[in-house]
This record gives sequence, structure tokens and C-alpha cells, in this order.
Amino acid sequence: MSDANSNTIGKERSDELTPDMFQKLKRDEVRVDEVGRASLTAWQDIRMRLTSNKLAMLGFWIIVFMIVCCIVVPFIWPYDHFTNDLANTNQAPNAKHWFGTDDLGRDIFERVWKGAQISLFVGVIAALIDLLIGVIYGGIMGYFGGKVDEVMNRFAEILYAIPYLLVVILLLVVMEPSLTTIIVAMSITGWINMAWIVRGQIMQLKNQEYALASKSLGAGAMRIIFRHLVPNAMGPILVTLTLTIPGAIFTEAFLSFLGLGVQSPAASWGTMIDDGVGAIFNYPWRLFFPAIFLSITIFAFNVFGDGLRDAFDPKLKK
Amino acid sequence: MLRFIAGKFVFMVISMFILITATFMLMNAIPGSPLQSEKATSEAVQKNLEAYYGLDKPLYVQYGTYLKNLAHGDMGISMKKKFQSVDKMIGQSFGPSLRLGIAAVITSVVVGCILGILAAMYHRRFIDNLAMIIAVIGLAIPSIVLAPVMQYFLATKLGWFEVAGLNGPMDYVLPTIALAAGPIAFIARLLRSTMIEILNADFIKTAKSKGLAGYVIVVKHALRNSLLPVVTYLGVLTAGIITGSVVVEKIFAIPGIGKHFVTSVIDRDYPLIMGITIFYAVILMVCRFLSDIAYVLVDPRMRAGGKVGK
Repeated sequence: MSDANSNTIGKERSDELTPDMFQKLKRDEVRVDEVGRASLTAWQDIRMRLTSNKLAMLGFWIIVFMIVCCIVVPFIWPYDHFTNDLANTNQAPNAKHWFGTDDLGRDIFERVWKGAQISLFVGVIAALIDLLIGVIYGGIMGYFGGKVDEVMNRFAEILYAIPYLLVVILLLVVMEPSLTTIIVAMSITGWINMAWIVRGQIMQLKNQEYALASKSLGAGAMRIIFRHLVPNAMGPILVTLTLTIPGAIFTEAFLSFLGLGVQSPAASWGTMIDDGVGAIFNYPWRLFFPAIFLSITIFAFNVFGDGLRDAFDPKLKK
Repeated sequence: MLRFIAGKFVFMVISMFILITATFMLMNAIPGSPLQSEKATSEAVQKNLEAYYGLDKPLYVQYGTYLKNLAHGDMGISMKKKFQSVDKMIGQSFGPSLRLGIAAVITSVVVGCILGILAAMYHRRFIDNLAMIIAVIGLAIPSIVLAPVMQYFLATKLGWFEVAGLNGPMDYVLPTIALAAGPIAFIARLLRSTMIEILNADFIKTAKSKGLAGYVIVVKHALRNSLLPVVTYLGVLTAGIITGSVVVEKIFAIPGIGKHFVTSVIDRDYPLIMGITIFYAVILMVCRFLSDIAYVLVDPRMRAGGKVGK
């Protein structure tokens, strides 16, 4: 942002004014109509604010790194995540096994990246399902208002009052523990937050001129909501989406930690941490690597989401 | 005001009813009878047992009986721990969980508020940055990581604390930190952003120009007006503490409800799962209800509006 700063109007200069700070211009050099700063589209502006936020960019690059590595590493790493190697159990980190091995001799480096695949997959899919349901539900709630809004909102409120974790655990008891079950269970109440965000946005936007114009041209409600209003509410939607992901990643790890989620030999950070807790006194690395990966991923999504929010809404910026 | 509270109350009751019904139906949808594991029982004994537990009746009668018993505080009998009633088991293990939960709530609110206030007062200075770094770290490290790591370094390596159990007051320290870390971070960030806004408000300038001392302004004028979001957060906080306690009790081997919950789910002890689910749900919904009321009491402007975008 440094080049933009140099000619930003209103930047404070505390020192006294001296004559040599001023320069006399000839008449034909004065260009009254010139705009001090290159005009930017809204998205360019947002991108500039985002890229100038170092913490958010750190989060962004960690996420990119995670995505690339969790796809690439399992291909090129010589070990796989499920083969037991009973001659090499509980090895400390070394040149062959960078992160050591677990009690069945499985390579932890490979397992951690496999765990990243599961975590990122669960996080992204759960967030996308929330997005889909939340945008449709919230869009309809916000646009129609009145009785429709009243009834739909009450329904959402009742569902929201039922504790999230209890629903998830109950479903996992009844259905087979698997990734699909976890995602379904998280989606049952997960979309409500998104729906409320979208509802609030649509209510603000629906009386704007472009929506009225579209309406007077004969556009149907669905067209106005999804072609005109939702794209204009993209900022808060994207922010909510980003901040949903770490929650979903944590829930998966939490459930797997309790033994309700992904089952061995599949590698989930939660299961690995659970194994690691049992072995913490003798083989602490079995806990630390999945623990560090889980924390860093949640950290990255949180700071990136925060940065995104600041970029979309500079008023909220600290 | 009364109408608002009555409305909230009705919705709480409806939600609770839905949850109880859903739990009951889910547990009954699982194939197999709870008495199947009884070995070497003749057909007649099996029939008698079913009659004794009321399992021979149609589902809606069972449901009615369950609701009726529940209203009397009777949650049935655990299937794995023979002859122990679920409500007794919950009652016995509630003590440690409650004490730990209260310790965690108090710690989160007090420490979170102090960090938030300091950060807002020294906005954009070293203390602010430090508090926000602590907050971001607190948000990023989940309890399933924090609890074992503290247990390893502080209890095993340094020997400052007992590794597990909940016998003396010192044993509360590690579980409480593990439970409170996330909420502390959240409250600190919440309070900081509200307070920065309020510290720039006109009435604060008036207070300053009257010559009031800095801490009087912060505590009497700014804090009171910034506490609103924190009050709303208290309902969510309870949910977080309960969720966290399931993990923390497992790691620190604390004989609380969370530990029973995990064991019951893994053992598929259905009456116990149902009992604890309903118990947790009641606590959570009541806390959320109380936080809604507190919200209205603190700020009458909020009476009319629902929670939009929350």
C-alpha cells in the first residue's frame, strides 16, 4: 500500500509549514480535474487491503501450503499411512521418518498429511453445504419478509437452540461413524448462522434501486435474490464461509479424538492426538506433530477470515 | 419485556421437547433390543423382562411413560452398570463437573475482560499487540491440544501439578486453563473491539473533560457500556465449556459427567446417553435463556429486535 499512501489525502503531517515545502506551478501545469489516486474497482480495493494485511497473508499462504502438500506429499513420500512396520515402532524423528513412527510403525509424516486431507476436506465440504442451504434459506427469509420470514426464522431459532454437539454425537451413535456421517451431522444445524447473515444482508439490499429496477422490469423473486442480491452480499458470505471452516475442522478432530469420528487405520488429526495422549510420556512426538498441524491450520483459517472481514468492511478495521 | 421473556421461554420449552422426542426416537431406531445381551434366558424370562421394562408396549406408550418418568426426574436404568439409575449417576458425577465449569466460566470472564480492557486502553501499543497475540493463540489451540500439552510439560516434566484427578484445589488449575483458553480469547477480542468504539464516543470525551481519572472513565463509563456483547456470549460460553469438559475430563481422568458421556457413547449405553443428552440440553437452554434475559435487562433497546445476523 506504500505507493498509495504517498499521495493519500489527509495524511497527518505534524511539523510546521515552511516555504520550501511549497512549489509554484505555472498555469498550464495545474490540472484541477486530476484524481489523486488511481481509481480502483471494489474487488481491487479489497484485494489491496487484504494483501497489505501481513497476518492474513500469512494465514493465506499457510492454507495454500497445506492444500498443495496434502495432495503432493502422499504421492512422493515412500511410506503409506496404513502399512504396519512392526520392526520400526515408536521411532523418534530421524532421517528416514521425519516425524517418527507410531506404535504400529506407521510413518507419522505421511499420516499427518493424510490427516490434512481429511481435515481440509471436511472443513471445505461442511462449509459449502452450509453455504448452499444458508444462502437459499436466508435469501428467501430476507427477501419475502413478513409472515414467511417470521415462520422460517422461528424454525431456525428452535433448531439453533438445540445444542450442536449433542445433535452431532446423537447422530454418530445411530449412524456408522464415517466422514459422511460427520459432515451430515454438522450440516444439520451448521447452516443457520449463514442463513442469518444472508437474511440480514438481503433485508438491507432488497430496497436498493437496482433491485427495484429489476423488479419493475418483471424479474421474478428468485432471479432478483440470486442474480442481484446474493452477489452483492458476497463479502459477508465469504467471511462467514472462511470462518466456518476452522470450526468444522475442530469438530472433526474433536469427534475423532473421542473415538466417534474417523476410525483407524485412516489418519485423522483427532485420532492421532488421541493415540498420542496415551503415549505422551514415552513418545511425545506422536502427540506433538498432529497437535501442531491442527493448531496451525485453525490459526491460519482464523487470521485469514479476520483479514477478509477487515478487507470487506474497512469500517470494522481496528 | 414480559412478553419477550415469555416468548423466549416458550421457544425454550419447544426446543427441549423436540430434542427429547428426537433423542427418544433415535435411540429406538437403533436395531436390537437392550435385553439381547442377556445370555441363557428362556423365552418366558425374556418376555417377563420386556414386560418389566415396559418394552412390550407400543412405541407411543413407551414414549409417554418416558416423558412421565422424566418429569419426575427418573431417567431409567443404565444398561452397562447394572441397577444404577441414570439420574443417580448424573447426580453423583455432577459435582466435579459443576465446580470445574464454574471455575472455568469465572476465569474466562475475568481474564478475558482484563485482557480486553487493557488492549482497548492501550490501543495499538505493545500491551494491545501482546493481548491480541495471546487471543489469537488461544483461539487457534483447541482444548484437545492444549490439555495434553500442559499435562506433559507442567505436570509430567516440571511436576508442578498432579497429572490427573481432581482432589485438591491445585488440581483445578490445568483443567480450568484448558477449558478457559478459548473463551478468554473470544471475550478479549469481543470486549476490545466494542470498547475501542465506545472510548471514542462523545460521553467519554465529556467524562474526560470533566477531569475524571482514567480508570474511573474506563470502569464506570466505558466498561458498563461495552459489556453487552459479553453478556450475550455467556450462553454460547456454557455450550463451549460443556463441550470442552467432555475432552478435558477424559484427559485429566476427572470423574464428571463428560467422562460418563464419552463412555456411554462408546459403550452404547442408550439410557445413559439419553439421560446425559437431555441433562446437557436443559442446562444449555436454561443458560441461553438466562443470557437472553440478562441481555434485555442490560439494554432495554434490545427488547423488540430478534437476533439478526447473529
